[in-house]
Amino acid sequence: MAVASTDTAIRSSNWSRMLIYLVLLLFALFYLLPFGIMLVNSLKPLEEITGGNMVALPRTWTIEPWLSAWSTAQIGVEPTGLRPYFINSIMMAVPAVLLSTIVGALNGYVLTKWQFRGSTIVFGLLLFSCFIPFQIVLIPMARILGLLQIAGTTPGLVLVHFVYGIGFTTLYFRNYYAAFPTELVRAAQIDGAGFFQIFRRILLPSSGPIIAVSFIWQFTNIWNDFLFGASFASGGSAPMTVALNNLVNSSTGVREYNVHFAGAIMAAGPTLLVYIVAGRYFVRGLMAGSVKG
Amino acid sequence: MAASSDTGVDFRTRLQNWLPKLVLSPSLAVMLIFVYGFIAFTIYISFTDSRMLPSYEWVGWQNYDRLFRIREWNIALNNLAIFSSLYIVISTIIGLMLAIFLDQKIRGEGVLRPIFLYPMALSFIVTGTAWKWFLDPAIGLENTMHLWGWTSFQFNWIKDRDMAIYTIVIAAVWQSSGFVMAMFLAGLRGIDNEILKAAQMDGASNFQLYRRIILPQLRPAFLSAFVILSHLAIKSYDLVIALTGGGPGNATALPATFMYSYTFTRNQMGIGASSAVIMLMTIAAIMVPYLYAELREKS
Repeated sequence: MAVASTDTAIRSSNWSRMLIYLVLLLFALFYLLPFGIMLVNSLKPLEEITGGNMVALPRTWTIEPWLSAWSTAQIGVEPTGLRPYFINSIMMAVPAVLLSTIVGALNGYVLTKWQFRGSTIVFGLLLFSCFIPFQIVLIPMARILGLLQIAGTTPGLVLVHFVYGIGFTTLYFRNYYAAFPTELVRAAQIDGAGFFQIFRRILLPSSGPIIAVSFIWQFTNIWNDFLFGASFASGGSAPMTVALNNLVNSSTGVREYNVHFAGAIMAAGPTLLVYIVAGRYFVRGLMAGSVKG
Repeated sequence: MAASSDTGVDFRTRLQNWLPKLVLSPSLAVMLIFVYGFIAFTIYISFTDSRMLPSYEWVGWQNYDRLFRIREWNIALNNLAIFSSLYIVISTIIGLMLAIFLDQKIRGEGVLRPIFLYPMALSFIVTGTAWKWFLDPAIGLENTMHLWGWTSFQFNWIKDRDMAIYTIVIAAVWQSSGFVMAMFLAGLRGIDNEILKAAQMDGASNFQLYRRIILPQLRPAFLSAFVILSHLAIKSYDLVIALTGGGPGNATALPATFMYSYTFTRNQMGIGASSAVIMLMTIAAIMVPYLYAELREKS
């Protein structure tokens, strides 16, 4: 957030400043603790977790749980580890993110620079689709995926995420292009530039930030999805979140907490990495999805 | 020759005029089928006697009648009321407080802000896994307190039918209060400092500044926070599955878990569809006026 420089004019006493710092630090601890402890405990042997203190550092450090979670842990019935599901999630997220971003960019371009009678209604229809509870589409979607013969496959999930991602990506690009000077587009039009030429030569070169927002937000949403994955992908084609849930909540055998934690961090890894590398855009995406305009 | 090139130009301009609509139409078609058509289909199913597979036998309001007599559905609605009100109120209070505190020229803001916000990047399944274990009396917080010598410490909400729903609130607040903070912080940073300085000259206390000037100006942020949080609350599914699986028993069932289990595991598709319709109506009642107002303001 570039606006961070304009601090408030409010002045506060030293005592209240101390209190403020204390509260802020306590909350930092609250946010860090569950994930931090999970990280520490993923590096402990199992007996140190079941028989020891969760906040203690490992006496014996081990990466065994990580190796197990990645390649040998029992997911469902197969001892495959999470690796194949991690790959599933990538195969699902990458095409869905690309497709929905391209379509969203074109939609946003039309809805701001080529408005026509009823374009606001079209946008309203698209926008509402961002907020429907997906339970309302589960039953017909299962039928359609079956009819298209992509039920229970990764391409099926790509389709689902693409379709329900269009609303959000359109919203991002529409709000972004709305601020783009329309005179430039009109001038290019007078010079004889066509629809796609204007998009490619004039809007696209300055769309970097919003493309980043769209990529990041779509990737985070799709990677983290559980409902569609659990409903439409069976067995070997399940995404990472579903596999993690299977690993953690399987009722057979000893609960290998350290393996669960390692798996959870693996599932969180890609989105967390994106957040660390490009947090600025992540925050912008959150805002654009909530405070429109 | 001249005539043919004329029609060529004509065709080109006409194509150019149609292109925008042509580009938009696949998205519109996809929306009409996959969103609005699907909604219509689910509404239709909710009036049929569908069980494992969709059936087209019309039964009127029977599913809705039965739905509201099912104990688990009433538990789910009750839980949703408890969960969503606490989740919205607590997230808003924490988010607003953190935003106001961070706005006091805090050293290290650049470090604190991302720490408050990172849970939003995680999947609810990951959040659920972390908290499930943190709250597990045998190995989590309770056990740690016992090992530190506080042997009378008890915190077994996650195993307690009456208290388990509050563990969902804790984990959900953990996940999204940072997001609310970011929304309020953006609002605070947009407030004109000159007004505040003028009010200070007139001798207004900090408390008065916040009550009379700052909070009223944050109204759009309050509204957005409410809308986003309530819609997240109604859709909540993953977190419950990962944290409690809806249990103990069905003590933490929510409409979303109810819909899934009736539709896909109990083969009561008609009932499942009617519960999905109720969820949609609830969200629409909140979202439609909000979106309508937002779109009107724009145009």
